[in-house]
Amino acid sequence: MSAVVKLSNVHKSFGALKVLDGVSFEVNRGEVVAVIGQSGSGKSTALRCINALETIEQGSIEVCGHAIHSDKLDKRALRLDVGIVFQSYNLFPHLTAEQNIMLAPTCVRKLGKKEAKDLARECLARVGLAEKADHYPEQLSGGQQQRVAIARSLAMQPKVMLFDEVTSALDPQLTGEVLKVMEDLARGGMTMILVTHEMSFARKVATNVIYMRQGKVWETLPGHQLENPSTPELREFVGSEL
Amino acid sequence: MPTFGFNHVEFLLVAALWTLGLSAIAFIGGGILGFVIALARVSSSALVRGLAGAYVRIVQGTPLLILLFLIYFGLAIVGFNNLPAIIAAGAGLVIYSSGFLGEIWRGCIESVPKTQWEAAECLAMTRWQRMTRVILPQAARIATAPTVGFLVQIIKNTSLASVVGFVELSQAGKLINNSTFQPFIVFITVAVIYFLICYPLSAWSRGLERRLNVGRR
Amino acid sequence: MTYEFDFSSLLPYWREFAEGVWLTLQLSAISTVLGFVGGALCAIARADGPPWLQRVVGAYVEVIRNTPLLVQVFLVYFGIAILGIRIDANLAAVLALVVNVVAYTCEIMRAGIQSVHKAQIEAADCLGLTKTQTYWHVVLRPAIERVYPALVSQYVLLMLASSITSQISAEELTAVANRIQSDTFRSFETYIVVGLLYLALSFVVRGAFSVFGMLVFTRRRRLGTPL
Repeated sequence: MSAVVKLSNVHKSFGALKVLDGVSFEVNRGEVVAVIGQSGSGKSTALRCINALETIEQGSIEVCGHAIHSDKLDKRALRLDVGIVFQSYNLFPHLTAEQNIMLAPTCVRKLGKKEAKDLARECLARVGLAEKADHYPEQLSGGQQQRVAIARSLAMQPKVMLFDEVTSALDPQLTGEVLKVMEDLARGGMTMILVTHEMSFARKVATNVIYMRQGKVWETLPGHQLENPSTPELREFVGSEL
Repeated sequence: MPTFGFNHVEFLLVAALWTLGLSAIAFIGGGILGFVIALARVSSSALVRGLAGAYVRIVQGTPLLILLFLIYFGLAIVGFNNLPAIIAAGAGLVIYSSGFLGEIWRGCIESVPKTQWEAAECLAMTRWQRMTRVILPQAARIATAPTVGFLVQIIKNTSLASVVGFVELSQAGKLINNSTFQPFIVFITVAVIYFLICYPLSAWSRGLERRLNVGRR
Repeated sequence: MTYEFDFSSLLPYWREFAEGVWLTLQLSAISTVLGFVGGALCAIARADGPPWLQRVVGAYVEVIRNTPLLVQVFLVYFGIAILGIRIDANLAAVLALVVNVVAYTCEIMRAGIQSVHKAQIEAADCLGLTKTQTYWHVVLRPAIERVYPALVSQYVLLMLASSITSQISAEELTAVANRIQSDTFRSFETYIVVGLLYLALSFVVRGAFSVFGMLVFTRRRRLGTPL
């Protein structure tokens, strides 16, 4: 089985601060990988590097056959294969939920209006928001906005989906509805990489959990093993989070 | 000596139409050119950004009066000696407006959060699509109030067109004053007409701004 | 057809140009100082004065902001003359510019005053500061610091707008240019020179204001962030 995402010895600094210090890991088709760790451990940066939102200084990243580290990277082609959902949703405030979803399929994939509309409806239904199609983002709760953002990303039919602390800005109540959508996606076989603080979700859904610390992959273990870490640092981290 | 009377008021009102006409030219022409400037100011090319920045600095750093003189005498140099005054006046005000509108609109474009660019980028949209479909519609909402506010500046500044021989409201007032020498009544009438044109626009601009702030909370 | 540029015939006039620049600077400096003081007082009256005063100041600001400076200049100049008072054109120019810039300053400062949070005033109250102390330390100073960039832009615009007073023959830079071009018949060259002089002046004035800002607002100097 070939890796869909492969990081090898990735280094990155912000000024004098070393954020990624030789990070390597692989994600195979259909796997769900949860990246956990304290804030400042480099986990979000790693995710942003995978989508070429940040440049790397050393090492290599391959995503669906795109070489992220290369000068010849076709960013648009990469983004057709990779979807990303942000902590702050980043919906387009001037468009309705449905229009948010239709925008990229119509202007990037060149779908007709009718097809795009059907696609949007279908994606909204998948995140349980079919009835909110005509609502503007500000009329939706945070959880609903985040589900629309997931649907928007889904509509581009990506091969990999990245989730950057997507529930961190939400109340516990609203967190549940977003995690439910993500769990459904995982069961549907989507390849997913998520940066998260939700330990129980990682344990339940993740194929593998990557614990990052000081810009390094400190420990990797299967999700269901999360309660039995081998390093004391992860044991302490899991203890503090649960 | 004639005294200020109804026919003078009529003369002023006709001149006020010229003020409005010149303002329209300045706003439309300056708007088109200013839009190009605003886009150039946020261009990905440093050279284009720099040139547009220099243009804005020069226009904003030169008095409109001097700009009008330069265009008037510049046109004469290249052989247009007997052009109607509205050409020089229009050109000067278009350049003046483009410098300021371009800068106002650049601010509006840049006030759209960076994350919106990023989100659109991650949906594989091209730079042009990101600009036209995501950023500009949001910038336009922010821009309405200051743009209407600047329209008031344009209307007031058309008063300087008199220096290139264009008879608009202020110049008409000056002509009447020269014959009647009743400056108070003449220029107060002129000021009242300007106020009646400008005040509703100012009030509208403020209303738009309030609504935008409420919308943003 | 080609036009022969000739800047050399302007050279003998360098003294006039310099005097024009000097008078423009003087006009602007006096108007700025008086405009700032007057505008600040108006802003206080507009924000926290008795209701009748708020209305009077509000009306004044609206009238000035919605009529052209040129008409204001004419009104002041010809208006005073008709009252039988002989008045120097330069003085009339300063008067008109001050009347104008006070209104703009007032509007900018008022926005600054209103941006100060009520909780700040309550906090100062609870610390036992008097009303005047609170107003100066907690309201006015942060308000001025916050709107300083807007004020600077306004005063640079004022310097450029002072060219309008050439229309009542105040002897500033633009009036000097008008005279030189009619003496030399080198109109285009004259206005190019004067345009460049104004451009230089606007950079110098802006620079002076930012140095002044650095000296006065220590917080900005140390942290480099706006308040």
